Amino acid sequence: MDNRQKEIDNLKDYKYGFSTDIENIRAPKGLNEDVIKFISNIKKEPQWMLDFRLKAFERFKQLKEPDWQKPKYPKIDYQDLYYYSAPKSMDNKPKSLDELDPKLLETYNKLGIPLQEQARLNGIAVDAVFDSVSVATTFKEELTKQGIIFCSMSEAIQKHPDLVKKYLGSVIPTTDHFFATLNSAVFTDGSFVYIPEGVKCPMELSTYFRINASETGQFERTLIIADKGSYVSYLEGCTAPMRDENQLHAANVELIALDDAEIKYSTVQNWYPGDKDGVGGIYNFVTKRGLCKGKNSKISWTQVETGSAITWKYPSCILKGDNSVGEFYSIAITNNHQKADTGTKMIHLGKNTKSKIISKGISAGNSDMMYRGLVDIASKADNSRNFTQCDSLLMGNKCGAHTIPYIKNKNLKSNIEHEATTSKISDEQLYYCNQRGLNQEEAVSLIVNGFCKEVLQQLPMEFAVEAQKLVGISLEGSVG
Amino acid sequence: MLSIESLKAKIDDKEILKGLNLNINPGEVHAIMGPNGSGKSTLSNILSGKKGYEVNGSVTFEGQNLLELETEERAHKGIFLAFQYPLEIPGVNTNTFLKTSINAIKKARGEKELDAIEFLKLIKQKSLELKFDEKILSRQLNVGFSGGEKKKNEILQMSILNPKLSILDETDSGLDIDALRIVSEGVNSLRNKENSFLIITHYQRLLDYIKPDFVHVLKNGQIIKSGDYELAKELEKVGYEDFN
Repeated sequence: MDNRQKEIDNLKDYKYGFSTDIENIRAPKGLNEDVIKFISNIKKEPQWMLDFRLKAFERFKQLKEPDWQKPKYPKIDYQDLYYYSAPKSMDNKPKSLDELDPKLLETYNKLGIPLQEQARLNGIAVDAVFDSVSVATTFKEELTKQGIIFCSMSEAIQKHPDLVKKYLGSVIPTTDHFFATLNSAVFTDGSFVYIPEGVKCPMELSTYFRINASETGQFERTLIIADKGSYVSYLEGCTAPMRDENQLHAANVELIALDDAEIKYSTVQNWYPGDKDGVGGIYNFVTKRGLCKGKNSKISWTQVETGSAITWKYPSCILKGDNSVGEFYSIAITNNHQKADTGTKMIHLGKNTKSKIISKGISAGNSDMMYRGLVDIASKADNSRNFTQCDSLLMGNKCGAHTIPYIKNKNLKSNIEHEATTSKISDEQLYYCNQRGLNQEEAVSLIVNGFCKEVLQQLPMEFAVEAQKLVGISLEGSVG
Repeated sequence: MLSIESLKAKIDDKEILKGLNLNINPGEVHAIMGPNGSGKSTLSNILSGKKGYEVNGSVTFEGQNLLELETEERAHKGIFLAFQYPLEIPGVNTNTFLKTSINAIKKARGEKELDAIEFLKLIKQKSLELKFDEKILSRQLNVGFSGGEKKKNEILQMSILNPKLSILDETDSGLDIDALRIVSEGVNSLRNKENSFLIITHYQRLLDYIKPDFVHVLKNGQIIKSGDYELAKELEKVGYEDFN
């Protein structure tokens, strides 16, 4: 067996599907004020943070779970979940990586995310989130020298309360929709990034999310603030063990770009998608929103969505500052029984604002894919422009692809362009590739990577190679 | 090298090949001529391994039962088909496609794969030989190519892969004289004691540039006559209709 075949065989059965046997501290099952107080208390949070949570919970009680999305799922019993789970060894938080539970280090090594000093040669600073807590943040010292703050959300609440108070909930308010508000009430950890004025962050910052414990929801909160004239590129990776229950992942990500600042946010989402018959897998109901607050600011979302049983998310940009730019590049792949309802929202408020949406959806097997997007140009947003391109690729004849663009233009000087295509990988194309020596998987991978190229090019180098492989592997067994 | 015995092929219950026999030895160039619908393209599809046909009879290639092999395995063994209608693959550079192809074949044969520099060197040399505009190589595979560019691209691929048996399925149709010459030069430069060719065409024209060793007339799913280059000339004079 050659190496590629081995690689594929390894990944066929979702190689991140192992779970780590580790002792946990959990909040009591269920959702109520006491559980929220338990979370806040165990994290030794100040009163204002608890108030934020309780306010969100009050609101949550009045909200109804939305049901307008295309992929339907069995009702989730919110009282039957654990809202906090942490490795016991994190109880008295280790001060350095040497004190970290070796089992945790081993887990991250298995995932290909080396946390130890000596292994950190790849120049990417990593914050690792295991179930509900951040277990390690690398490269901290180097970043601190430039005034960059990159730490867990819990630490930011303790050490940088002014920044957190000012910006947390400023893009996704506690009064937002059902899942976002639930997150505001019970979020456990996540990453916090602050780039000071004029600083270009010298390395990629990265958070790696891992769900381990069973019957546990993961509710992380990420907050990134790019101060005037600064730049940061941020990567997010996700995996989870194979379990035959569905697990809920409802994160909130808020980005704020001030004058002339730029944030590039890339995600490679590879949560467990469930088995071939659609049993198990993660429900990925995430709220991601960026605010281009200052003039000439820019926020760019790039996502490669290959995992999860259901993906339901719309990373959005609010273009408030004049001349600000929002971009959304997406590859979403569904295979077997996976379902996705994903897209973006571009809200143009400032003058001369520009947005670009490039969405590539690939469906195979019995899966179903929906692009849903909103472009909204407000009456004062003179000379704004949007360009949207939505392409769908179908493999086989049991899958579905749908595109629903919502377009609102209230400004006569502004302009919206929308292009959409649907295509199928033809047997003739595959035959042509086969005749040139490529086997079925190689042929599909080549054609699909060609289809996604515009988006793959947006990813940072290290990620692009990974993503390219993942794209091929996710579609393994989908033809032939 | 290639031996076809009483080959029959059906598609959708329609019999297209009705007992075809053909032998090709190393180094030989065979031309198959015939009218529309005589089964010429079906023959090239069956040799290269296209699915969807019900096949009977035997085809051996270098002593091995060809019909048992997957399409890509036949390519690994050195069978190349220059397509009548080359396919477009959007987003994939011609260069990338060629490199993926040559390395897939090398890997299957247990040979060392080409790195980027070795590949560029090879492709530069071949483009020069074939007077092939290199700019085309950075464009998406066959997307927006003219008919002539597509055919020339097939010949470039052929010359890079250096196959043992090249099948040209009406490569000359729709070509102007310059393109025809380039295609012929591509074939002639690969001709040697080992490499064989099966050239499928309607017209004698191409055979003026590539002198075949044998000419066969395919009509109604069978080879009705075989001869040398003179047979092509005779055909051109008489026409397929009256040729018996």
